[in-house]
Amino acid sequence: MNTGLDLEYSFNEILKGFGIPSELAHIIWLPLPMLLVLVAAVVGVLVTVWLERKISAAAQQRIGPEYAGALGVLQPIADGLKLLVKEDIIPAKADSVLFTAGPILVLVPVILSWLIVPFGQNLLISNVGIGIFLWIALSSIQPIGLLMSGYASNNKYSLLGGLRAAAQSISYEIPLALSVLAVVLMTNSLSTVDIVNQQSSAGILSWNIWRQPVGFIIFWICALAECERLPFDLPEAEEELVAGYQTEYAGMKFALFYLGSYINLILSALLVSILYLGGWGFPIPVEIIAKVLNLPINSSVIQLFTASIGIIMTVLKAYLLVFLAILLRWTTPRVRIDQLLDLGWKFLLPISLANLLLTAGLKLAFPQFFGG
Amino acid sequence: MSIAVTTQIICFSILSLVIIVGALGVILLENIVYSAFLLGGVFLSVAGLYLLLNASFVAAAQVLVYVGAVNVLIIFAIMLVNKKEDLNPIDNLRSRRFISTSICLTLLSLLIRVDLSNIWGLSDPNKSIGEESTIRIGEHLFSDYLLPFEVASVLLLMAMIGAIVLARRDVMNKDISTGLPVDQELIEKSSEPLLIKKN
Repeated sequence: MNTGLDLEYSFNEILKGFGIPSELAHIIWLPLPMLLVLVAAVVGVLVTVWLERKISAAAQQRIGPEYAGALGVLQPIADGLKLLVKEDIIPAKADSVLFTAGPILVLVPVILSWLIVPFGQNLLISNVGIGIFLWIALSSIQPIGLLMSGYASNNKYSLLGGLRAAAQSISYEIPLALSVLAVVLMTNSLSTVDIVNQQSSAGILSWNIWRQPVGFIIFWICALAECERLPFDLPEAEEELVAGYQTEYAGMKFALFYLGSYINLILSALLVSILYLGGWGFPIPVEIIAKVLNLPINSSVIQLFTASIGIIMTVLKAYLLVFLAILLRWTTPRVRIDQLLDLGWKFLLPISLANLLLTAGLKLAFPQFFGG
Repeated sequence: MSIAVTTQIICFSILSLVIIVGALGVILLENIVYSAFLLGGVFLSVAGLYLLLNASFVAAAQVLVYVGAVNVLIIFAIMLVNKKEDLNPIDNLRSRRFISTSICLTLLSLLIRVDLSNIWGLSDPNKSIGEESTIRIGEHLFSDYLLPFEVASVLLLMAMIGAIVLARRDVMNKDISTGLPVDQELIEKSSEPLLIKKN
């Protein structure tokens, strides 16, 4: 089962070569993947912000950022630096403790959820048994942070935005969790690594999207709603609420919200690709490539190929979905709050329940196709 | 002492401290909004204790149910019904406080007594099921704990139907006990913002 690179093992071996005891080597190893994932998340945000600016410009027949670096690639860094040095304003009648804690509570659960995102067989921080359930649990903390910042701003637009954000994320969490449950039912495991391995038998044909088309669409709609992307960006609807719960925020605290929403978008895209698009799997299974090239499956060339193609495929699939989300943002109008709640409770919830029931039935009827 | 044990002790003491201080804050703070947010912090720390006990599924369920649903609903209710009323002064406050404190202390001493006298069947830490607990919980819920599980869900269904009946004012526009028309404009009433104190 342990195919692919095991970076921790090789790292520990190198340190042992320098005469460092294995326990100390483990402690030196521990922060490295976390740091790596944090850096990956921030770089991912920078890329997404640049993509957003360029694609929105293309959708509106503008040029977009042009002067900061080639094709404006340095623009997001300039944005970040600007936010970093801006004055940190706390309104006079705001509740300063809650005002500060709000953005942190929004950002931390999102970053913690990266714990379970696998880029390869062993390329994830922790293959915890509860896997995808951890993400569902963590994402339910976010509304508290939104309510907190909405309330602490002492501004009616902020409060309304915070209440809307919480209502939206509570209502869309349920169909989201139910569509994840259908995938879990087929895998017999909550672990993200098992979910990807279950889809890797026949390349593109064994991806979950063919067996769970309804679940895929429900999950994507709910993920967009959880990320507060247009068509579901009611909590910060500019024309109605100025900027919702972030109205009073400036400088680094605003940057935390901004970062949080983009990290969440990338995370959702990654999870869609893990749950439905085969994760790190290449459309053609590696076994067939190895057979064509006449190499044994555990040769170092094939292992290196698998690991690198794994990271590339995961990122590629995720960014295709991010591209789709950006296109949706710049081409669709916003739904009204009653339409949003109707869609969530009266349409997506019954359909995802029916999808779950159908999956359970199909699993009993065709155990070889739907996981036995 | 190994590094793992030290880390566990540090985590345990921090979590316990947060739970105790947070719980005291929930009951002692004047501002109800602070109490609600602190309650969320207490729930989160309890989830952390479950994690320390190697019960990751229970910890995640604790976060999902108590923080994500119960606590959000409490905060939601506080923020929607934003009425500030002056409560009537209670007479004999001193003696009331004395009685409630003594009852609480009695309950506490009872709990300590149970804790000390009971022989806790600690399982071997090397034999803990850890990641397998999700499967084990599922098996129990569908075999020997099936009836309590189903009864709890029926209870929740009853509560839900009750809430819907209460919320739909076109069905229940008369108070059952008094026969008077029910106040239909709870939310539309003019009210002062929560944070601005009337001086």
